[in-house]
Amino acid sequence: MSEVILRVEHLKKYFPLNTNAFGKPQRFLKAVDDVSFTLERGKTVGIVGESGCGKTTMGRTILRLYPATEGTINFCGEDIAAMKASKLRKLRPQMQIIFQDPYSSLSPRLPVGELIGEGVKEHRLVPKSEYKDYIIGIMKQCGLQDYYYSRYPHEFSGGQRQRICIARALALHPKMIVCDEPVSALDVSIQAQIINLLRDLQRQEGISYIFISHDLSVVEHISDEIGVMYLGSMVEYGSKRDIFDRPLHPYTEALLSAVPIPDPDVVNKHIILSGDIPSPADPPKGCKFHTRCSRCMDICKEIVPEFTDCGGGHFVACHLHGGGNNNISEEPEYANA
Amino acid sequence: MNILKKNASHPSEKKTEAASKGTKKKDASHYISAKESRAIARSNQKEVRALEKFRKRKNVPETEYLTQMRDKNNIVEFEDLHTYFFTDLGVSKAVNGVSFDVPKGKVVGIVGESGCGKSVTSMSLMQLVQAPQGQIVSGSIRFDLGDKAYDIAKMPRSAMSEIRGKQVAMIFQEPMTALNPVFTVGYQIDEVFFLRNKDMPKEEAKKRTIELLNLVGIAMPERVYRSYPHELSGGMRQRIVIAIALACDPKLIIADEPTTALDVTIQAQILELLREIRERLDSSIMLITHDLGVIAQMADYVVVMYAGRVVEKGTAHDIFKHPLHPYTIGLQKSKPVVNHEVDRLYSIEGSVPNPINMPSFCYFRDRCSRASEKCAGEYPAMIQVSETHSVACYLYGEEDK
Repeated sequence: MSEVILRVEHLKKYFPLNTNAFGKPQRFLKAVDDVSFTLERGKTVGIVGESGCGKTTMGRTILRLYPATEGTINFCGEDIAAMKASKLRKLRPQMQIIFQDPYSSLSPRLPVGELIGEGVKEHRLVPKSEYKDYIIGIMKQCGLQDYYYSRYPHEFSGGQRQRICIARALALHPKMIVCDEPVSALDVSIQAQIINLLRDLQRQEGISYIFISHDLSVVEHISDEIGVMYLGSMVEYGSKRDIFDRPLHPYTEALLSAVPIPDPDVVNKHIILSGDIPSPADPPKGCKFHTRCSRCMDICKEIVPEFTDCGGGHFVACHLHGGGNNNISEEPEYANA
Repeated sequence: MNILKKNASHPSEKKTEAASKGTKKKDASHYISAKESRAIARSNQKEVRALEKFRKRKNVPETEYLTQMRDKNNIVEFEDLHTYFFTDLGVSKAVNGVSFDVPKGKVVGIVGESGCGKSVTSMSLMQLVQAPQGQIVSGSIRFDLGDKAYDIAKMPRSAMSEIRGKQVAMIFQEPMTALNPVFTVGYQIDEVFFLRNKDMPKEEAKKRTIELLNLVGIAMPERVYRSYPHELSGGMRQRIVIAIALACDPKLIIADEPTTALDVTIQAQILELLREIRERLDSSIMLITHDLGVIAQMADYVVVMYAGRVVEKGTAHDIFKHPLHPYTIGLQKSKPVVNHEVDRLYSIEGSVPNPINMPSFCYFRDRCSRASEKCAGEYPAMIQVSETHSVACYLYGEEDK
């Protein structure tokens, strides 16, 4: 099971903000700044963070919907970041994306059968004679009735549309799907249906997911490993239990404590972060989180903490936990205590 | 009053009949022919005109909408409220017999999925339902003004403007759309003071606005006073919207999904702020949201709505510790909870019925895992299970008797 599908190393995506008289960019918005992680076959990596932290940009850069500024994206042994477009095209069926808003991501002018089959036709995966049966098979797998084949997207509710989006991604038998907030626009009871569907498909087909969401409870449910992003950087990365039971970074702690728990007896000890997320165009010096951190030290204002392993694949970028390379060996014990 | 009663049952029945006829002929459930649609539109027009005329009357004597509160400790009492939308496809019963109370100084949370009528209930209280197609058809909303009580469902629009914004204020979901992009923040808050007191000097208004901005926890209020909404972040904008709502010391604040558009860390800030304000000003809050977590942390009383009806109501403890209605239970089980792992989420199959063509039996029957033969009968009545807790489900009727 430990076949690595995707290895992202030092991925950066900068958007130029303004250019000088010769068209050379002068300032950059660092949307994704040095992110690394690996994704195994049949596993899910959850990416959490507040809006504007670069989760979506990262997802799209991995699929090379945006060209990467720097870094490598190793997908099934080949580097997508530097690949020729013609070669990349052949790889496209193996990596798919599900978007957040099922209302705007389906063309209103195509019936469901066409929508799902668009990619199949384009990549000539199935002979014409078997086309319809193939699509109906996929639809059934996603919980859609076969008579929906000739209906149009406006006839469906949000949950059904999201199923169409999933069917569309699934029709190409991808190895990896980037799910960009697939359930944020849906109601709670529909959310559960879609999450269950995604999990079932993962077990049947062995697909890997990169699950991007701001909802921690959903991410916890579906992910095996979780990365926490803040202002374009990954601040903490580790297995689900590491992140939820032993959060190391102060931002992760605050994020976890901010989730309201549906139990009136639980008195939540909120760590309320003061202020807002700073502008990514002009991030603070040193550790990007130091402006809102309750445990800010002098070193945080000056030096960017390194993304270091605290043992057992639990990475954190914080000076409190050996970010300065001084006491890496002691820290995991402290964290467990 | 008579007009209200008369219209209550009449138009709706006719239209559902017409609509169901259409569905029988063509098996597509939403389909309705142009001819039928025209017939519906014509009869709708008649109903809507009568209701609009009633609402637009001028110089209505106060006695007509003066009423008595059932309980002196309540600020608002909804009783059998019906708010319908008269569309060309039929009458959509957005709110279909809703009754609950908002006690003074308490937070009442209303939960439900989108389209369950939670927002329309609050809009009815403000008389802000999209007219002319949206109309309060029957029922009463009793609002306590201190020395007297008004029935908002019977009030003409002109009289309502005395209450709206002054006694009841609203915090909207999208702070960006709730604020006017072409005016400064300061101007928009000042405006509320001028509405109340036209002769207030500008300096006085500004002073009070700055005070308010301080109250809602905005750093550098002087600078924010001069800035435009687009210059502020989402959390700041929501604070401004809250400041506008607080400007007139309202007795009741309606918060319609106040944190849905915000990030978790900002959501925690705003909820903290609302809690503080409630303690400081001692006003009641009606909190509308679909997030059970938010409700559990904020509300004293909880009302669970489904397809335009209240299915369960009680104290927060009742609802979260001893949920009774299958929908409430399903809703709670289908939400993953942090640090509480399950292999598979419970999911309520199917989706909400079409509000135009509501069945006569319990609206939840088709999705309910515990439906029995009894459920095919009439819509279940509200059953009082304990002093504070009541539920509309046949599962609990007999145990009580």
